[in-house]
Amino acid sequence: MPYRTNIAYLYDGSFEGLLCCVYESYYQKELPSMVFHYGEAQATLFPVKEIETDTTAAKKVEDSIGRKISKEALRLVRMCYLSQMEDRELIILRFLRMGYKIGSPVTNMLADDTVRSITQSAKNVQGESHFFKMFLRFSEYNGALVATIEPKNFVLPLVAAHFCDRFPSEQFLIYDKSHKCAFVYQNGEKNLTALEDLELSEVGEEEAKYRALWKRFYDTIAIKGRINPKLRMSHMPKRYWAHLTEFME
Amino acid sequence: MDILDKLTVLTDAAKYDVACTSSGVDRGGAPGFIGNAVACGICHSFSADGRCIALLKVLMSNACVYDCSYCVNRKSNDVQRATFEPRELAELMIQFYRRNYIEGLFLSSAVVRSPDYTCEQMIEVLSLIRNEYRFRGYIHVKAIPGADDRLLTALGLLADRMSINLELPSHDSLKLLAPDKSKESILVPMRKIRTGIRENRTDLVKYSNAPRFVPAGQSTQMIVGATPETDYQIINLSAALYKKYELKRVFYSAYMPVVSGRNLPALDAKPQLLREHRLYQADWLLRFYQFDAAELLDERNPNFNLLIDPKCNWALNHYDSFPVEINTAPYETLLRVPGLGVISAQKIVKARRMGSLDFPDLKKMGVVLKRAQYFITCRGKPIIGLPSNPETVMRGLLSEREVTLAQPPMEQLSLFDSTASTKEDLVKCLTGQI
Repeated sequence: MPYRTNIAYLYDGSFEGLLCCVYESYYQKELPSMVFHYGEAQATLFPVKEIETDTTAAKKVEDSIGRKISKEALRLVRMCYLSQMEDRELIILRFLRMGYKIGSPVTNMLADDTVRSITQSAKNVQGESHFFKMFLRFSEYNGALVATIEPKNFVLPLVAAHFCDRFPSEQFLIYDKSHKCAFVYQNGEKNLTALEDLELSEVGEEEAKYRALWKRFYDTIAIKGRINPKLRMSHMPKRYWAHLTEFME
Repeated sequence: MDILDKLTVLTDAAKYDVACTSSGVDRGGAPGFIGNAVACGICHSFSADGRCIALLKVLMSNACVYDCSYCVNRKSNDVQRATFEPRELAELMIQFYRRNYIEGLFLSSAVVRSPDYTCEQMIEVLSLIRNEYRFRGYIHVKAIPGADDRLLTALGLLADRMSINLELPSHDSLKLLAPDKSKESILVPMRKIRTGIRENRTDLVKYSNAPRFVPAGQSTQMIVGATPETDYQIINLSAALYKKYELKRVFYSAYMPVVSGRNLPALDAKPQLLREHRLYQADWLLRFYQFDAAELLDERNPNFNLLIDPKCNWALNHYDSFPVEINTAPYETLLRVPGLGVISAQKIVKARRMGSLDFPDLKKMGVVLKRAQYFITCRGKPIIGLPSNPETVMRGLLSEREVTLAQPPMEQLSLFDSTASTKEDLVKCLTGQI
């Protein structure tokens, strides 16, 4: 039986919400032509169906992806959800539809457009989160570490998890300027909160000293006879430079 | 001397060391500790020369008692000398690490007083970092040739990777440029580290909580271009090091003239960067592409063609074993196609299980065809309109830039310019169409 496509979904923007869209589309035999979340401009002539977020349904879908398709498929879906790809919800719906039908080999269909989109967006998210593991810089303010990042994708949860593992005894805050969001880690507790703006005071003497030391190290380690700005730029794209201590004034 | 000056002197002295990887060991964080290590390694910055900065790369001291002629720190050279206090260095490293500037420490040293004394100082830094600061991140340490076995073992238990610089690719070159070192003095500790790693592996099978000795393996580096060895000799040496000494990495460093010396290239000699690049490419072929050193070069062609990469070179010389059919060729054969890397080959093997592949499919999967297109077929057919003899393929593989690279440098005008060659002539020479 053909799926109904002349419909649009509206959900709350959370990962659970998205899984509920999957649930709805699977059981109602619908494939919406658009998926929106609250706070996003909605322009469609199709009837809009509001999808309520229900944690039990979401859990069911999550389990079924791991069981009926594969762990790898679930990872791809999670990564794609964090990406900034246009229509990422639709891609996820289509990918899972294929996955439920084909099973675990679906992730091998690299020449298929849907599978390619989801693999590429996942790769993009993974890549960007790795860039921030590399280029994020903390500054110390009264014993706490603070960093600002400006990512394209919503990589903050991935980046934060890395630093929680790395610095279990520290207190730190990572501010995502592009998504107006902050991750706070304090005494082993993790919190993700919306934050409009982050105002920071002047750094202390100790912090200034380590910044100067780092800058000196950075300048000294380069070999003059091999200077190669192009190579540096290809490894360390310019858009990350704004928050790097080594280029700060 | 304050710490800023010390850092400057001791970084400057360490910058010619190549190894800056932080890979090879996976160790999660733990409560009460600081740091972790990830197997893929994380770089944290790139210096103006485009090299990665993953570790705080410094010498413990540059007050050397040796007099190796190629080395900036040689006794007879007039440079500023400095030595870190163990605690000062440990504190600096941890503070850098907390700010996510670095992934860990790379500690080397000139030989101060004696190899044993130097080694003891390094052990002190490392045990401060590991035991007092409770650091679980990455540490790469240089073994000091000539130090006592006991000290070498202690150092290896604190570090993740250990390396001993081979310095120069042959015994004669060592004798010429580093009279205080001999092939034996380098290979003996290298063998000891290998034995240590092997024994530790069996210990770990017996007791899971046995302390780990150099878990990320051993590496080495050698200087290329200061002495007359051919690429063939160098690659054979590397292959032997990987096989016999079970090294994880061999690094190559194009010789950069920093001091003048009787037996050294002139101070204005250009570093052989392209040659270094070709050696690395060949090194990758040895480690990840199942090539043998003898396949890449031989006595008659002892050096790499600077114009094309070693894999293309090999493929053009074995043109009769191509083209390769994408849909049926085994993985090992795919790996030998120029332009196909490990990732692409794996993708192809995965995707072709789901249906036969054509050129547009390959493009969609992100397989780059620029070089590969000359060597493959899809469903029995090559891309239409492509040349089918090695000479024309060679021309297709060269980009404009690469042709300019191969041109002889500018010369003073001469009345008798009988050797003048144009770009076209050059390509003709290369492809053998004179």
